[in-house]
Amino acid sequence: MSEPVSKPVPVPSALSAPYWEGLIAGELRLQACADCGQLRHYPRLLCSHCYSRAHRWQVASGHGRIHSYTVAHYAYHPAFAGELPYTLVTVDLAEGPRALGRWLGDAAPAFGAAVQLVILHRESSPALAFTAV
Amino acid sequence: MAIKDRACVSGIGETRYLRGSPSSAVELQLEASLLAAADAGIAPHEIDGVIPIGVVSAIAEDFIENLGITDLRFSALIPHGGASPVMALQSAAALVAGGICKHVLIAFGRNVSAAANKAGARIHQMPQFHYVTEYEYPLGNIAPAQIYAPMAMLHMQRYGTTVEHFGEVAVACREHALLNDNAIMKKPMTLEDHRNSRLIAEPFRLFDCSLESDGGAAVIVSATERAADLRQPQVLISGVAVGHPDSPASITQRPDMTSLGLGKAAPRAFAMAGVTPADIDVAEIYDCFTYAVIRQLEDLGFCAKGEGGHFVAGGSLKLGGKLPTNTHGGLLSQAHIWGMNHICELVRQLRGSGGRAQVPDANVGLVTGYGDMGDGALAIMRRR
Ligand SMILES: [Zn+2]
Repeated sequence: MSEPVSKPVPVPSALSAPYWEGLIAGELRLQACADCGQLRHYPRLLCSHCYSRAHRWQVASGHGRIHSYTVAHYAYHPAFAGELPYTLVTVDLAEGPRALGRWLGDAAPAFGAAVQLVILHRESSPALAFTAV
Repeated sequence: MAIKDRACVSGIGETRYLRGSPSSAVELQLEASLLAAADAGIAPHEIDGVIPIGVVSAIAEDFIENLGITDLRFSALIPHGGASPVMALQSAAALVAGGICKHVLIAFGRNVSAAANKAGARIHQMPQFHYVTEYEYPLGNIAPAQIYAPMAMLHMQRYGTTVEHFGEVAVACREHALLNDNAIMKKPMTLEDHRNSRLIAEPFRLFDCSLESDGGAAVIVSATERAADLRQPQVLISGVAVGHPDSPASITQRPDMTSLGLGKAAPRAFAMAGVTPADIDVAEIYDCFTYAVIRQLEDLGFCAKGEGGHFVAGGSLKLGGKLPTNTHGGLLSQAHIWGMNHICELVRQLRGSGGRAQVPDANVGLVTGYGDMGDGALAIMRRR
């Protein structure tokens, strides 16, 4: 009776398209100011440090540490109901910015624990995930 | 100070709060507006400034046409979620103190019973959540409970805040809701009930989360010097301030994930009012989640950062406790009316018309707003 519901699909902008293309290519790209080098994430128009618009994309190493997390026990969107409970980790990337991703471990993540990025190639969109190292 | 005590809340209006209202958000907003004007003792057409609040809202033209306003001198939108009502008090106070307007209407209506308006759908219609919508929503980070949960998790990890501390907030709000005829929640709650409620987004349980409810609320801010002949005892806006956290559109990227805009606003509002936390008789604190109350108590200066959990322990927030808080039941147990209900309740308390939840000798009180991902606002009010 009911159609399978699909997950929300990101709608890239001209600004963020290289980020999403990067994930499809298997890399996490962080925006770096082409003038002063300051990293910024999520992508935005100006460098808030020197106000330059010029930027390049820097590939993140994928190394990081657990900053915080939450475990979802309720599906606010029906497409995630079959995955409950699932854990979302906030990770301090080695480069400085943070990333949000799905947690691939069985045990609860530990604050400060070293983790490694894994890019999940899902039907709806590529997704960041992290695993313990 | 140019604003201190020169504006007062002259009228408040609240519709019935419920789930599944047959009325639209705009109908509820207009109904509350008429109630607020009647409470103030002014004709609706005398309103000369309007700040509509809400995602689905009447606009200035609707107020002119429905209320018969003949000379609207100011309107603006303040798109900061649950911080907007108290932020609007700041604008309104400045407007009447500056002589631009005599009576500024701040009006809100909400109907979240329709499927398209459910938690999890709403915020992705709001531009301030665009980072969450693009980068986090596809991962399953969908609703405010999930977005705020890592802040609370970090607070527990760093400072030893516990489930019982969260429960203290929920239980105090529920106890107060039981005294309020216009509260949705009618059943008593214990700390054990709170702990046993189902997990939603760890560490948040069901009873850590505010209600989904429909209703309208409005207040009118008038120039103090022109309000002497109005109907109600005057409740003056003594201090009011707004603050935004760093990285306001992404909690994930915020340097200190436990910081809030209120931390910047609170010292400004207290300085303007010329009072300290020790002077506060009653507090109405935006309680989208129990944790948010604990964190705001710290930023308000009732305790040091990290001590919020200990502060609320032992029933501190209940009537008769050291800081009676959310005497109407709050968003957690009265209704989620974006904190407009908190402003109305503070005014009632300072008028001495708080009914069964009246704090004895309430002379000075505060109300906070908390919106989107940590935007904050604080108003300190006193009875004249
Ligand atoms: Zn730069």
